[in-house]
Amino acid sequence: MMEVPLFLRGIIVITGKNMRLYYTKPPVLMFGLLFPLFMFFAFFVGRHLDLVTFFPAFLAMMLFFTASSVAPLITPWEKREKTYERLLSYPVTQDSIIMGDVLAGAIFGIGISFLVWIASLAFVPVSITNLGLFFLAFILGTLSCAALGTLLASPASDSPPNVMILSNLIRFPLIFISGVFIPLQQMEGLGLALAYCSPLTYMVDLFNAAMTGISVFSPLVDCCVLAGVSFVFILAGRLIQKRNMMKGM
Amino acid sequence: MDAIRADHLKKIFGPVTAVNDVSITVREGEIFGFLGPNGAGKTTTIRLLTGVLTPDAGTVTINGIDIHRHPLEAKMQMGVIPESSTVYGDMTAEQNLQLSGKMYGMPRALREERIHELLSKMGLAEKRRIPVRAFSKGMKQRVSIACAIIHRPKVLFLDEPTSGLDVQSRRLVIETIRDMNGQGSTIFLTTHNIEEANTLCHTVCIINKGKIVAQESPERLKKMFDTTQSVEVSFDRPVTQDLFKGGGIIRAEPCGDKWRLYTDNPDLVLKYLVGRAERESIGITSLTTSGPSLEEAFVQITECA
Ligand SMILES: Nc1ncnc2c1ncn2[C@@H]1O[C@H](COP(=O)(O)OP(=O)(O)OP(=O)(O)O)[C@@H](O)[C@H]1O
Ligand SMILES: [Mg+2]
Repeated sequence: MMEVPLFLRGIIVITGKNMRLYYTKPPVLMFGLLFPLFMFFAFFVGRHLDLVTFFPAFLAMMLFFTASSVAPLITPWEKREKTYERLLSYPVTQDSIIMGDVLAGAIFGIGISFLVWIASLAFVPVSITNLGLFFLAFILGTLSCAALGTLLASPASDSPPNVMILSNLIRFPLIFISGVFIPLQQMEGLGLALAYCSPLTYMVDLFNAAMTGISVFSPLVDCCVLAGVSFVFILAGRLIQKRNMMKGM
Repeated sequence: MDAIRADHLKKIFGPVTAVNDVSITVREGEIFGFLGPNGAGKTTTIRLLTGVLTPDAGTVTINGIDIHRHPLEAKMQMGVIPESSTVYGDMTAEQNLQLSGKMYGMPRALREERIHELLSKMGLAEKRRIPVRAFSKGMKQRVSIACAIIHRPKVLFLDEPTSGLDVQSRRLVIETIRDMNGQGSTIFLTTHNIEEANTLCHTVCIINKGKIVAQESPERLKKMFDTTQSVEVSFDRPVTQDLFKGGGIIRAEPCGDKWRLYTDNPDLVLKYLVGRAERESIGITSLTTSGPSLEEAFVQITECA
């Protein structure tokens, strides 16, 4: 089919445009960079917790915040600026736009978290027991978070602040119910049941498996869950955005 | 082959049927003017034709390519200038054009060359490195147009390209449209400026309340709706209505320092005026005849529909 190269090219150009325009926008810097650092200081540093034990959870949280903060900004921003209409008149489809948003979020997440990991090597004696699994955790984790970002961007709104507020209303609970602050092994009852509902739990677990060799689920289960939710988030975001377009710009 | 072909397009927004069974054919190389009052469905039709919106019913082909089945290939053929000049405010004029060129897959060297050419043609060469956010409306519109024609599209869509522009910007836009058409591009434009449609378009199509109500060449359209013509005359001294009794003059209206005389037969009026003026030794200082106006036709069509 002649359309496949055109489709891929559209995704690449859109991703590049997103990277250039949105990485430096205040809401992305605020919710993508500063927040995870604040959380880190608030929850880990003050409590004299063992940094080495909590490092995988911190890395997962960092990835979660960075990767899911870009996409919710892009679509409402472009709808407000009316550039969304022009974008759609280029040789792209809504699918290329969604994939471009996912990729821009994923690259942001991987880039920042990678830097944090490298920088932390100087302070925290983090070890990695399974390098392959570590990179897999990075990729699947970032993909699922960026996909969540796209789903969060799908409400039919052209107001970036509203969409950012809504997306934080969803992102924060996902963190608190997950195994980021309390190890899964120490949870029980309702807390544990809730933790199962957050994709972040599986990310933390996968990072634990890769860095300490100890995990609650098998790494395969973690991978499947993360891949599965990525798929579901993208599909749901796509469905909602298409339905919005049928109703008008 | 038809450059643009739309069959039985329909688009419904809740209670509003914005586009109702619209069929349009635009021949290759034509400048096609799409007119209609506010809210008639012009923008919605353009969005359906350019694949930005999906119709509830109907099909669109661009140069024979079905936009629903092969959206990317069809969109490669066209350039679109949306209603509000939609360029990225955080990028410079040059960066906006770069992005557009990349979207159409232009190789780097060709892109650079075209950007250079377009920036100077649009009078933006000196401002190429300033973020577009700081531009005036007319300058933004020029960037928007440059973005849409960077790849020399075969079909160009423009939604009210001259609204709100000053004379110079408007001339530049019109010139660019003529230029593109001269190079073989088919042009589809909407406008509220009837005079502009009259002088620019080969075919004029009028839409009202989502339905096409007329499609003709501007001259034929004018003739269809109004056979009355007018003669404008001024004299070297004041005259009264009495002067205009007879000679095929239906009605005379003072109009500034002139008189406008409505008639079915301008020839008769001219002969009559010259005769009367000579007999009463009145000097004629100016005399023009004009045909029925497209504006009159437009108002009649959209009012009676
Ligand atoms: N996204 C939308 N949601 C709901 N209604 C819409 C939407 N877009 C257009 N409409 C309605 O469809 C009708 C046609 O609108 P459209 O913008 O196509 O008109 P237009 O001819 O371009 O008008 P104008 O000359 O003011 O630009 C209007 O009644 C408008 O309110
Ligand atoms: Mg309009």
